Parts: sequence; structure tokens; C-alpha cells
Amino acid sequence: MKLVTAVIKPHQLDAVKEALHAMGVSGMTVSEVQGYGRQKGHTEVYRGAEYTVEFLPKYRIDVLIDDIDADKVVEAVVNAARTGKIGDGKVWVTSVDDVVRVRTGERGLDAL
Amino acid sequence: MELNAPDTGWILVSSALVLLMTPGLALFYGGLNRAKSVVNMMMMSFSSIGLISVLWLLYGFGVAFGEDVPVGENPGFFGNPSGLFGTVDLFADVDGLPTYVFMAFQMMFAIITVALISGALSDRAKFAGWLIFAAAWFTIVYAPVAHMVWGGGFIGNLGVVDFAGGTAVHINAGAAALALAIVLGRRVGWPHQSFKPHNVPFVALGAALLWFGWFGFNAGSELAVDQVTAIAFLNTQVATAAALLGWIIVEWIKNGKPTLVGASSGAVAGLVAITPSCASLQPIWAVVLGLVAGALSCLAVGLKYVLKYDDSLDVFGIHFVAGWIGTLWIGLFGWNFGTDEATGEYVGEGVGLFNGGGASQLIAQFEGAAIVSVWSFVVALVVGFILKKVGLFRVREEQEIEGIDVHEHKESAYETFTPVEASSSAGAHSVSSGV
Repeated sequence: MKLVTAVIKPHQLDAVKEALHAMGVSGMTVSEVQGYGRQKGHTEVYRGAEYTVEFLPKYRIDVLIDDIDADKVVEAVVNAARTGKIGDGKVWVTSVDDVVRVRTGERGLDAL
Repeated sequence: MELNAPDTGWILVSSALVLLMTPGLALFYGGLNRAKSVVNMMMMSFSSIGLISVLWLLYGFGVAFGEDVPVGENPGFFGNPSGLFGTVDLFADVDGLPTYVFMAFQMMFAIITVALISGALSDRAKFAGWLIFAAAWFTIVYAPVAHMVWGGGFIGNLGVVDFAGGTAVHINAGAAALALAIVLGRRVGWPHQSFKPHNVPFVALGAALLWFGWFGFNAGSELAVDQVTAIAFLNTQVATAAALLGWIIVEWIKNGKPTLVGASSGAVAGLVAITPSCASLQPIWAVVLGLVAGALSCLAVGLKYVLKYDDSLDVFGIHFVAGWIGTLWIGLFGWNFGTDEATGEYVGEGVGLFNGGGASQLIAQFEGAAIVSVWSFVVALVVGFILKKVGLFRVREEQEIEGIDVHEHKESAYETFTPVEASSSAGAHSVSSGV
């Protein structure tokens, strides 16, 4: 099993959700996060004082999937999240040893 | 005497309007502050409502509006509070306006004047120290100054026009705020860390409540419903509107973008500037005043980065500066609205330097504002210094860093707040680009 994690621009969330839904991914976890990459931050000026906002608001999406779906899911997320402008985010994949569905106690692929 | 019902009704409404300004100020200041010290900032305003209302009833009204204690033959510095202590003697009226209503109306002015000062104290003043300062400054500065300007004392006797409180309220509070900013010292990390406003909509909401309440402040100060009430009301609106524009125009040119914090701040600067002058200007000159006050206040708030004092929320840069501009404006473009007693027709004449009134009004305006500036500044400096020396004024550094709300109130404004506050290259930048 794989965990696909994506950090994306907030307003791309709907597009990513739709894309995953369309390919049958049945669940996801979304969190509001802050961070920066090459994009760095931007500056804001309040009453003449300039502040650099380095940590920009992003959404982080975590999706658990079967190994064989990994490439397709990553591709779908990347396509849906891309605007072509700097700050589009990153997607990465990690291996998962085990998964348990809390309600039933099912493990592994059955728990996805 | 029979009560004048329309006048009394309007002043009752105005009193409630002016009271609303202080919670409005709390939101304005609270939004400008950081998330970890909103409670403390708003508490300084709310506690002012509690403390000053009671002190005003006990002796403040007597000191301000009681019978003048003369100096020799001349009007003096304060009124005699003993004659007004208690309530029985106040069951009276002046020109059909109950003294109780006048007392309540003026009470709201005292409350907000004290609360205004708190904007200089962000993040770092012990709450007990604030309360002691508030009581002391109210007693030694506000009530006597209100007497000197409005209550039959010597500043009013100079011929100073201060219709709703440019000198008695805004210059007064602004001078004290500067003194306290100097006494308390800079916040930890100022100006290089981020002191970004934590809630811009709060700032706008606070400015809106101030603006709304200010109609009572200014148009209520006529203490009646007549033509002067009308001109004060209209001037309040147009000067404020123009100041909003003046601020964002300067900001647009200087920083590249107009901001909501700037529009809100500009509106407040305009309200301050029109406060002394709302009954003494042709509306077109109120518009020009607003533009000038908004633009100059926008520049004045950058002064603290050059001179290195941490007037956290710009009480000096806005209230003192715009208060002076509005006060002097009467001496430059003032107009005396009046009624010809014989014919009943409305007449008027210029009293300013640039409309045929000569320099005498300008000199009087300057004298009154200068006296109050010095008195308020010196007293605030001394009281603040004593409080600091006995360890009652500034919180410990680690408490300031962690957040004054938790340490002084055991209360936080939000369950969670933005975990990472924007770091900053503030101050240094603004100095190079502005002022």
C-alpha cells in the first residue's frame, strides 16, 4: 500500500478532489498547512511597515491506495493541482506497512 | 425650567453613540494587535468604561464642570468637586437639558479619551499598572483639562475653539501615549519581528463603529438640535470620507497598494481632525482638512521607525497629529456660524487667517493645544516612570514573548491561532521607502 501526500494551492483542492473521486479513490484527509518552497513568500505593508509573509497557506491531502494505483493517482493529482505558476506544490509517495479500519478491525487492502 | 424634549432626546442618543465608540476602539485596536495579546488590548478599553464611569460620577464631573476655582481674578485649572459630589444637587437643568444627561454625555468622552492611550501599550503593560495609570491620568490630566477647555477654565478663556475635543481629547491622549511609549520602551523584537495586524476585518469593524458613534461625539457636542448640529454632522461625514481617501492615496503612491487598514486608519484620522473644527468650517474646507489630515497622518505613522519609539498602534501618529491639524485648521480657515438677532437670518464670518479673521484665532488655538500637549506628556511621563520604577508597569520579557493574554488574564482570544506568525523585515524597509 502507498500513502500519496500532496501539498497544493488552496484553490486547487476542489479540482484534486473531483479528479480522485472520478477515478474511484474512496477517501482522503485534508489539512490546512503553511509552508514555502522555491516560491518563498510575499510582502504585505501595514501602516508603512513591510512584513514578509514566508509561510503561505496550503492544503495537504493524504490518500491511502493500493500499490498498483499509485502512478495513476499521482498523475491525477498533479494534473488537477497544476496551474503552471510557481507555488503549485509537491506530491510524494511513501510505502505503508499496514492499515487498520477502526470500526471493523479489517487490515491491509481490505481496510482501504 | 421646563425640559427641552428634542434637545434632551438627541443628547441621550448621542451619549449612547459615544459610549459605543469605546468598544469600537477595542475592536480597532484589538484587530491591529497580534493574536496573543488581543484580550489585553481590548480589556484596556473595556476596563476604562468600568473605571472612568465610576470616577466620573464620584468626582470627575465636579472637577471638570463644577464651579471654577479661580486663580486670583482669572479662570483657573479645575472646578470644585465638592459641590457636585452626590446626586441631589444635579437634579437640575441648563437651558432645558437635564444636568444628569449632560453628565452622562461627558462621561462617555472621559472614558474614550483614557481608552485611546492604551493603543501605545500593546503586548507589554501590566493590567494593574494600566488601571493605576488610567485613574491617575484621568484625575490629574483629563478632568482638569476638560475644565480648562470646556468647563469655564483658563484655556477656554483664551478664546480657543475646541468644539468636541481636538485638544481636550485627542491631543491630550496622543501626548500621553507618546510619553508611555517612551517610558515602557520597545516591545521585544520591535521593529524587526512581525507585528502584523491579526484581524483586518476587526480593524474595519472597529473603525465603522467609531465613525458611527462619532456623530454623537461631534453633532452631540452642540448640546441641542439646531443649525450648528447640522453643520457638525455633515462636516463629520465629509471630512472623514476625504481623510480615508487622503490616506490611501498616499499609501498607494508610497507603498504601491491601498489597504483596508489604511482606509480604516485614514477614516479615524479624519474623525479626529474634524472633532475640534466640525462646527467652525464651511463643508468644502472640511473636505480639504480631511484630505490633509489623512495624508499627513499616513506619513506621521512612519515617524516611529525613524525615532525608534514603539507607539504600537500609532496613537501619537494619528490622534496627536490629526488633532493638531484639526485644531489649527480653525485658525486658518475657521468660520463662525451665527444668527442675526434682529432679523433672525443666518449670518457668518471668517475667523481664520486665510478668510479675513486675522491671526488671533490661530494663536489661541496654538496656545491651547501646546499647553495641553505639554501638561499631558509630562504628567504621563512622571506617572509612567514611577509605575515602572516600582515594578508595576512592564511585564517580564518571557511573559511578553509567550503572550500577555495568558499571563495577565489567564484567557486567550482564540482556541487556536495561526501557528506561525509571519516573520518580517519590518521597520527597516518602511524607513527606507517612506517618511
